Amino acid sequence: MTAAVRAKGASRTKVDWFLLFMRVALLSLIAIGLLAFFAQQLDPNNAFARWRHGGDAAHTLTGDQYKGLVVTGLSQGAMYGLIALGYSMVYGVLGFINFAHGEVFMVGGFTGFIMANKLDEAGYWEGGAFIPAVLFTILVCTLVSMATAVIMERVAYRPLRGSPRLIPLITSIGVSFFIQNAVILLFGPGAKGYPSNPDWLQQKRSLLGLVEIEGIKIVVIVVAALSMYALWYFVERTRTGKAMRAVSEDKEIASLMGINVNRTIVTTFAVGGAMAGIAGILWGLLFRSVIATTGFLPGIKAFTAAVVGGIGNLGGAMAGGVALGGAESLAPLMLLEPLGVEGASQLRDAVAFTLLILVLLIKPTGLFGERLSSEDRA
Amino acid sequence: MSDQKPILEFRDINTHYGAVHILKEVNLAIYPGEMVCLLGGNASGKSTTLKTLLGMVTPTSGEVVLDGEVVNDKPTSYRVERGITMVPENRRLFKRLSVLENLQLGAYLRTDKDGVERDLERIYSMFPRVKERLSQKAGTLSGGEQQMVAMGRALMADPRVLLMDEPSMGLAPSLVRTNFELIQQIHEEGIAIFMVEQNANMALSLADRGWVLQTGRVVLDDTADALLANPELRKSYLGEA
Repeated sequence: MTAAVRAKGASRTKVDWFLLFMRVALLSLIAIGLLAFFAQQLDPNNAFARWRHGGDAAHTLTGDQYKGLVVTGLSQGAMYGLIALGYSMVYGVLGFINFAHGEVFMVGGFTGFIMANKLDEAGYWEGGAFIPAVLFTILVCTLVSMATAVIMERVAYRPLRGSPRLIPLITSIGVSFFIQNAVILLFGPGAKGYPSNPDWLQQKRSLLGLVEIEGIKIVVIVVAALSMYALWYFVERTRTGKAMRAVSEDKEIASLMGINVNRTIVTTFAVGGAMAGIAGILWGLLFRSVIATTGFLPGIKAFTAAVVGGIGNLGGAMAGGVALGGAESLAPLMLLEPLGVEGASQLRDAVAFTLLILVLLIKPTGLFGERLSSEDRA
Repeated sequence: MSDQKPILEFRDINTHYGAVHILKEVNLAIYPGEMVCLLGGNASGKSTTLKTLLGMVTPTSGEVVLDGEVVNDKPTSYRVERGITMVPENRRLFKRLSVLENLQLGAYLRTDKDGVERDLERIYSMFPRVKERLSQKAGTLSGGEQQMVAMGRALMADPRVLLMDEPSMGLAPSLVRTNFELIQQIHEEGIAIFMVEQNANMALSLADRGWVLQTGRVVLDDTADALLANPELRKSYLGEA
């Protein structure tokens, strides 16, 4: 029981005090970290910085470095957001977390690996053929991930419809292991490399003279933004999207309207899978390597992003993804490094999950989440 | 009326939830344009009757007949397309969707765009308050307004038979009368109404005929006037000693 749902007037229990302590401690850490950061930017040789860095001055962050971190965070966050959409949509419609969704993303990355290498062998991964080749690859990855998600629903989840929610949840962990191991069986356990991107994509280019960005990160951000816009349009403006929102709110009444609930659920998986597939190929293009376990950490992070944004809320999933990517990228150098934490850049994962805990402590429904009624909470 | 063919019929319907026998040999018939009501206490099988009519519950024996066709194994959407729809108990609007979206979903299966536009206009003129709130989320409306949207949503399906599950449930007493006036108004447009109601007095004063359901069995089947005069019924439903 958190303070947020504690009945008014009830006295605080030990757990409440502990939660309050955690909130205060985390927020103070952030406040002190930020203060220390601003202090070191103004005077790298201030007393606090010298104390925390064993007598040395702090390393200040230059404007360009800072911009670079923002861009990295944004591109990473855009991919988290794309994956998070799938978690959120399936949760909205079926009320369970599909932990195998990270594997749908990984399948997209592997499809990209196969496509990119085949196209590279045929000589299409460079020069003027590159752009159509990449677009074609994105399309195929989207379709393969979509198919993976749809088959998953048909084979693993539909037979469990109507059973307690814990059962599909545990099944999804099983599905996740199954897909990971199937990929190891097919491609071996090693990392698979993408062919090099053309030089013009690797080079940094200036955007409005404000910031230098590697071309590939621009591609990631632009493709992710376009996909999110397409999804938003689909959900908010089309008849099928309307049906999807109706099903996520009340299946019985949706079917009374004549909506085919099963087909709508399949559509939900398909659309969520497509977004994960796009994230998969973008991930591959950016990091140029995939491995059977590629889906695990981004999957968990995207789930975190969905919860941070408010699970079931699509705008929240996107915002949560970007917030998480940004925090991962910025917090180590803006909060931890000024506090004298060594190797702060290695702590990105810790930052991500601390953000999750922080949001759950302060706003349990997520940034944009609505309060769930008791019947939704099972 | 008896020379017309019924739109919707139950022939010796039995339903079970697991081992529990809910409806027992129920026979009903709804004719075009009439207003009928089904009365009964808690757990008498009223909701199951509605769900069976709509195909959300499949009977274990007997026939659900729509326009002379046995539709036992047809899905809800099939029946909605052929003119059956329901205003559910407690309205059950899509609270996070806008009022307009709720109305549009009522016409989900319709392909005649002009007809849909015309029906939207008709609903605006019936419920001017609804028109003012089209872009608002349905969950933010007052109970009375939600009732209007729920009826509007059902009318958007262009039904011939409108099933109403406890239309006065959860409404402020002052709204109950307005609500029945609305039902009357819909009925006057030629739509048959099948009403399930606890408020037997009000329901019977509007309806042509009625049935009384008791533990899944039809115990009374008569004209509304006869039912109103029935001493047994007065005792059990109209609160007279």
